[in-house]
Amino acid sequence: MSSVHVSTTINGDPTDYVCDADETLLDVLRNRLGLTGAKEGCSTGDCGACSVTIDGRLTCSCLVLGAEVDGAKIGTIEGMANGEKLHPLQKKFIEHAALQCGICTPGFLIAAKSLLDHNPKPTETEVRFALAGNLCRCTGYDKIVRAVMDTAAELRRA
Amino acid sequence: MPLDNAESSTRKYKVVGTRPNRPDGVDKVTGRARFGADAVAPGQLVGLILRSPHAHAKIKSIDASKALKLAGVKAVVTKDDLPDKTDGDAGLYDVLVNVMAREKALYQGHAVAAVAATSAAIAKAALKLINVDYEILPHVTDVDEAMKPNAPLLYPKMITDGVDPKPKKPSNIVRRYEFGHGDVEAGFRQADIVIERSFKTEATHQGYIEPHACLANVGPDGQGELWVCTQGHFMVRDTCARLLGMDFSKLRVTASEIGGGFGGKTTVFIEPVALALSRKANRPVKVVMSREEVFKATGPTSSSSIDVKIGATKDGRIVAGDATLRYQGGAFAGSPVEFGAMTAFAQYDLDNVRAIGFDVVCNRPKQAAYRAPGAPMANFAVESVIEELAHKVGMEPIDFRIKNAAREGTHSSYGPIYGPIGLLPTLQKAREHPHFKAPLGKNQGRGMACGFWFNFGGQSCVSMNIGVDGTVSVTVGSPDIGGSRASMGLMTAEELGIPYEKVRTVIADTGTLGYNDVTDGSRTTFATGMACILAARDAIKKLCARAAQIWGIPEDAVTWENGHAKPAGANAGNHPPMSLKEIAAQAPSTGGPIAGHHEYSADGAGVSFATHICDSEVDPETGFTKILRYTVLQDAGKAVHPSYVEGQFQGGAVQGIGWALNEEYIYGKDGRLQNAGFLDYRIPVCSDLPMIDTVILEIPNPGHPYGVRGVGETSIVPPLAAVANSVSAAVGVRMTETPISPPKLLAALEKQSAMKKAAE
Repeated sequence: MSSVHVSTTINGDPTDYVCDADETLLDVLRNRLGLTGAKEGCSTGDCGACSVTIDGRLTCSCLVLGAEVDGAKIGTIEGMANGEKLHPLQKKFIEHAALQCGICTPGFLIAAKSLLDHNPKPTETEVRFALAGNLCRCTGYDKIVRAVMDTAAELRRA
Repeated sequence: MPLDNAESSTRKYKVVGTRPNRPDGVDKVTGRARFGADAVAPGQLVGLILRSPHAHAKIKSIDASKALKLAGVKAVVTKDDLPDKTDGDAGLYDVLVNVMAREKALYQGHAVAAVAATSAAIAKAALKLINVDYEILPHVTDVDEAMKPNAPLLYPKMITDGVDPKPKKPSNIVRRYEFGHGDVEAGFRQADIVIERSFKTEATHQGYIEPHACLANVGPDGQGELWVCTQGHFMVRDTCARLLGMDFSKLRVTASEIGGGFGGKTTVFIEPVALALSRKANRPVKVVMSREEVFKATGPTSSSSIDVKIGATKDGRIVAGDATLRYQGGAFAGSPVEFGAMTAFAQYDLDNVRAIGFDVVCNRPKQAAYRAPGAPMANFAVESVIEELAHKVGMEPIDFRIKNAAREGTHSSYGPIYGPIGLLPTLQKAREHPHFKAPLGKNQGRGMACGFWFNFGGQSCVSMNIGVDGTVSVTVGSPDIGGSRASMGLMTAEELGIPYEKVRTVIADTGTLGYNDVTDGSRTTFATGMACILAARDAIKKLCARAAQIWGIPEDAVTWENGHAKPAGANAGNHPPMSLKEIAAQAPSTGGPIAGHHEYSADGAGVSFATHICDSEVDPETGFTKILRYTVLQDAGKAVHPSYVEGQFQGGAVQGIGWALNEEYIYGKDGRLQNAGFLDYRIPVCSDLPMIDTVILEIPNPGHPYGVRGVGETSIVPPLAAVANSVSAAVGVRMTETPISPPKLLAALEKQSAMKKAAE
């Protein structure tokens, strides 16, 4: 298997790695870079647990090859908090009990942040459709939607 | 210490019932929490499992010689590396056969060999080099087909248990169960109206988002470690140690954070194989299932076929209920049909009731528990007939249910006499709920259903250490699957009389505590929570003894109040109260560390009832059903952390909605699963659903000091029927099969319009 050298920026940090040509970005993040916040729930792009942003665009990292992101800026859950200061979404997820087992939580947070970055005043329906690519089996989504709506309201007040 | 539970209904709580942040919250929102697949060991190998492509086949031979020659392959294991050490334990033998096939592959996805290699790519290549010679056998995947006399047999010598006289011919029927009391035939003779219907439910999967994963490390000295996502690491330890011939104490199992289980992680699949690979390679081996493997080779729930007959008088009293339930449990004995038969009529007060269950094997993966295992299907059948019967009698279904509801003193359909139970309060609250009075539009319908689950107690062992700074570390052995660390912390803080923030709950490995049962049966908040309370009482005794020592008075002259030791009365002397923190600070000079312990097997898990209301709208063009509104009303006994109680109600309801509308295992004629992925096995997504309203009722459980009842499972019992009743009301056709998918609904609508036309 031929290896590929890739230069990226991950959560603002310049990062170089070498990966196999058929290795997904998710595998690179998890197995080569130790960034295990993105989870593999399906490896087919159906569950959203591996959500990251690539140049600001919400993406399932299991559907992208590690070799494809040369020169790109990648955002993962590990970069969401600013030092010890949690992002408002992270705080609201905890306060609203919007997680039970927590395996889907990183993906939901990345997807929710991506929504709020583009739409600071989403309706409940808009939140539900924006998060429809992320599966949660524990919560029934109720508290997740409430957490996102509440965060949006708080960010608008700020 | 005897339980003093009389106060539970009047007690004023300080921290129990509040909604603080969970202790693992920050870890889980930052990606720091370590789940099954997130662990790494130096020098670890990648383990992969070779699985049967056939639904039923004799394994004539396995040749791994080519795989072993591939550079980077460090071990291959087959059944020969997992010899039978089960010593006549039939249940354990089934586990052994399920984790590694022996003479036959019993379902598509059945493990036949495994490989450990230095990379995933090499392991994948090695799997392709293992040559398995199969002789394909006829298969059966449908429960009714499997019961037919000419069905292909999974076990040619299996004679049905529980039938008198014993059948002479073998079959796929493992066992017959019967529950009930009274005289059903006599009951039906009193009935003015009788409704009899047949139902089918497809198998569903728990659908936890985290695939099974483990990291095994065994040395040639017979000592080992296992990191694993599981609902019960003590169960994993004992099961794996027995299968591998290890001493229990030499296998230390650590439960990772667990990404959902819902019953599906209450047994072992990959763990013994990973240990066998590690032992053979003498290297750590990590095995992580793919989603496809999760669907094909873990434990979905049973599919079922159920007949229900219920009779009532014209004034609305049910006089007889009768059900026959047939559940296939995959290729091994043990479908939850027994629970199905026990729970089918548990929500009613009946003089004449009978439920007969048949446990059936077929060529599917061995079923595993799924949230109130066996109950949702039985409830779907019974509550559908109840709704129809109410309409026939001319009563509102809710009034019909209230009239016949089980209450304190009812002889339950499965045997016991009920103590204080919360079914009637959920029904009464449902009738008052705004949801019940909201108007409905065109193509919309409202349905409801009541459900029941037993709940479980079981073994727990808790250790509680008081730090000299007055903070408390609670060590439990129950994996936290939905926020239980928060509820353990709340109960500990309540009992000790200290703030929640001063308690940290940790989940210990198997070397640290005595045996803890699996986190199942809605037992953890009840049983492990009660162990926390009792360990706190043990610690309080010791804190009081230290205070007595400091004050120079007898131990029994000290009491504990609001987090302080106090002299019991005037005779004990005039000492100012000492806080837990003050006593803890003096521990080093008053006898050393202060700790509380409790280990027991808990009885007294109070049963839990729920009533669900569902509004749906059906698009007659497409057969698509949209859930418009959904309300869950359930008895929690006492809600320790109400947010996570609501979360259990909401999550269970939505899994049930998925089961009712979308989810199903689809098998081809070749016995192969056709939808082993989240694209084609469609669980509800955010845009499918409305908010799920919840109402928590608190009818204290006399078996728990705070009145707690388990809440995790009852919530999945009523949704199948509540949704089906709602859809049936919307379209005017009784839907008797789940999932009520668009093709099925369209077919029912077409049949209805054809019948209407024929009648004209």
